[in-house]
Parts: sequence; structure tokens; C-alpha cells
Amino acid sequence: MAEPQRARPKPTPETQHFWDGTKAGELRLQRCDACAHVYFPPRPFCPSCASRKVSIFKASGKGFLYSYVINHRPAAPGFTPPYAIAVVELAEGPRMMSNIIDCPQTPEALELNMKLEVAFETLDDKISLPVFRPAKG
Amino acid sequence: MRSNQVAVVGAAETTELGVIPNVSQLQLHADAALNAIADAGLKLSDIDGFATAVETPQQVCHYLGIKPTWVDGTSVGGCSFMLHVRHAAAAIEAGLCKTVLITHAESGKSMIGKAPRSIPADSLQGQFEAPFGVYGPPSMFPIPVLRFMKTYGITHEQLASVAVVQREWAAKNPRAMMKDPITVADVLNSRMIAYPFRLLQCCLVTDGGGALILTSADRARDFPRKPVYIMGTGESVETPMVSQMETFNSSRAFKTAGPLAFREAGIAHRDVDHLMIYDAFAHLPLFGLGDLGFMPHEETGKFIADGNTRPGGKLPLNTNGGGLSYMHSGMYGMYALQESVRQMRGIAPAQVPNAKISVCHGVGGMFAASGTIVFTNER
Repeated sequence: MAEPQRARPKPTPETQHFWDGTKAGELRLQRCDACAHVYFPPRPFCPSCASRKVSIFKASGKGFLYSYVINHRPAAPGFTPPYAIAVVELAEGPRMMSNIIDCPQTPEALELNMKLEVAFETLDDKISLPVFRPAKG
Repeated sequence: MRSNQVAVVGAAETTELGVIPNVSQLQLHADAALNAIADAGLKLSDIDGFATAVETPQQVCHYLGIKPTWVDGTSVGGCSFMLHVRHAAAAIEAGLCKTVLITHAESGKSMIGKAPRSIPADSLQGQFEAPFGVYGPPSMFPIPVLRFMKTYGITHEQLASVAVVQREWAAKNPRAMMKDPITVADVLNSRMIAYPFRLLQCCLVTDGGGALILTSADRARDFPRKPVYIMGTGESVETPMVSQMETFNSSRAFKTAGPLAFREAGIAHRDVDHLMIYDAFAHLPLFGLGDLGFMPHEETGKFIADGNTRPGGKLPLNTNGGGLSYMHSGMYGMYALQESVRQMRGIAPAQVPNAKISVCHGVGGMFAASGTIVFTNER
């Protein structure tokens, strides 16, 4: 029997650009052309001012650790506990859930406010996930 | 909505609570409903308004044989029943119906006749949360805790004391699942679930249900039980994705629903004799005390650790033992409402002497929704 797999996102027309971005090694966000609000998750209008004139741009990929749990049980399929489920605040403002790589999954190593940078984890030929590692320097 | 125009005249939980492997979820709805109808001295045919969550109104109404002229299927998680109370009060006042039955039941432990929860892969949660290893409420609900603790200087010991105090209340309640006393050390040494939370800071998983019957305050005088009036109500939603809350330092839904209910009731915090704050996990009473305006968030951990919410304390909180020690079928809001009604009737196992105003505050999802009801036994 195959190993249970990590949950795989299935893009919709409104989120396809985001997943095309991660596949290409870019973290893409949206900015409102009218009020300059940057937002996530993706949608074809501004949730702040309701303008439909919005642009997709490549984010810096930089952020900091806003909060997290270290999950022990029950573990999600495809994960080996303990593993951290993190919320990262991006330099551009929005927050997103992610995982922290290249870092021990311990309270001592995972310090709130630590600087992070995006990396991409390839799940298959369609999907790469944005994950974060401690920023260099 | 005007205060005290609508009253609870029937309230009951399922005959059994805990592990009930021989009863389906739908039958638990019926068991709670029949108990509440008996409590109110009514017949099923007297019910002309109906509300429930997760199960559809048509499912439960048909099973019970109810023919309603008003239904509400609001399903926003565990506080759905607070919203039902609010909506039912408005409907009764507007003349849409006269006598509303609200049911909750959940085979949360035994999973008899209960559909498993699933997150579609193309939903926003399926795309932007599920791939990162969230798996059920214990991996999601505590995600804001570390930020909250850092912002306000809340300690692990203070968060552990929430479970300790609620166990003290549960010890007074014959129907509570967990009654043995625990210490802060017991909590901090219990099995790690999702750091920073351990087993004793997470809710129970049980089977059960409850039902309420509401009617106009004028009619309520003719019922066998002491009427419990709806004094104030509030509701809101924020986001189905915990990662997308505006801030982890408070809940926007709490901060909307709570003050709405206080304003409508026309009460100040010092007027509150009894308080329920839905405690799926140990941080929720801290969020609630702060967001409802009882005190700054910074003081919430110390307030509980110092014993202010324990039996004999100045603000009795979660007096049934809460989701941590009484029971938690998955959508706990109905049990919080039942305890508020018992306290207002003066029949709670751990009765707060002379309590006249009870505030019952609920959460739905992972801070996704909120509903607050202010009850009083004086009109």
C-alpha cells in the first residue's frame, strides 16, 4: 500500500496564478491598483476597497515567524511528528500558513519574529508548496 | 432587538452524555428535543419554529414530525446555537413564529450517523492550510497562542491554570466527564498534543446533545419553569482560515459579538454574575475575557491563575466544567447555553448564589464565528 500523502492543493481559476508562481519559483501576491492594498489568499478583486483592478506581482519572499504550533498528534498524512505549522507574516503585509525547513522543530529553535525567506518544495509536476527557512545573515 | 421580550421556557440535554455508542446522531437530536419539550410541558405540535446546525432543519423536523413555519439552518460551528437564539428571538418578536425549538446533537466520539469532516482540496483551506499539516482542531485552534502569550506576557502556567480551575467546577457536577482534581503540574506534564498545548488543555471528545425552547416573554409566564429572558445578543464571523485572522492578539468576531450583546442588554461588566466562555482549548477564556472587555488581555492569565473564576471567586466562569472537563461533542455552544439557563433557573449543580445575569459567549470554527447571549431571570 502506498504511503499516505500530504494533502495536495487543487487550484481554482482564481488561484491558478499563485500555483503557477510557486512552480516557477516565485511567491506571487496581489496588489490593488486603486488603493495599493496587498492581500492573500488570491481573488480577482480587492477585499479592502472592492476594486476589480488588481495586479499580480512577485513578492520579496521575506517575512518573519508570526506564530506556530509544533504538532505531535494526530499527525496529518505525509507528516512525521513533531512538525511545526507556522504562520509567516510577509514583508508585504499578508500572512500565510506554511512550514519551516532547515530548522529544528523545537520551541528553542523556532523563535517568534525570526526572519524567514521563502523556498519551494516540489510535490509533483503540478504543485510546489511555498515553505520558509531561517533567513541568511 | 428589545431586551427581555423573548424567554427560554424549555431546556434539556440528552438523557445521557459522554460515550453513547448505541444512539445515532439524529436520534440524539430527537432525545434532546423530546426532553426539552417535556421540560416545557409542550407537545411537538406546539412547535412552529425550528433551528439546528450541521444536520439540516428538514432532516430533524421530519424525523421529529414537526411542521414549522420558520426555520434557521445557520451552521457556523459550535456557536451556531447562540446565533439560533438571537435569530429565534428576532423571529418571535417579528411574529414569524411563536414557539421555537433549537436542537444540537453530535455523535462526536462514537461517530454513529455522523459524516466525517473533510476539507475539499480546491477550497481556500484545502489550498492554503491543509498542505502544511493541519489535521483537526488541536493542530489549528492553538496556532495563535504563542503570539498571544508573547504580546501580553501570558505564561504557560497561567494557561494551565484554566484547566485546573475548570476541573474544580466539574468536580461539583455529577454529569461532568472528568471530575478528579488536577494541578498546574499535571497539566504541564500531560501528553503533548500541539505545542504549546498538552492533552489537559484540549477539550474532551464526547457524544451528546441539547435543546432549547423559546417563546415570547408574555407567554412565558404560563410555562412550568422559571422563564429565562433574552436580554442581549450579538453575532459575527471572521474567517474560516485561522491563518487569516486580522490579528492573533484578539478575535475580531469576539470583539464584535460580545460588545453588541452587552449594549443591547444595557449592562456593564460589573453586572455579570455568571459567565460562560466556550473553551474548546485553554486559551479561549483568555481571549474571551479580553475581547468581551472584562479586562485588558494582559491581565487575563493572572486573573484566572489567581482564582477569580473558580468556585467562590468574583467572576464564576464555565461553571459546568466547560469543554475541557464537562463534555465537548464538537459543537459545545449548546452545553454552554444549557448551563447559563440552569444558572438563571437556580438549579445548576454548582449554583452561583443569587445570580441574575449570565453571559454566554461562543466560538465557531477556529475563531471563525462568534455568538454572545446575555440572559437574565428578572424582567
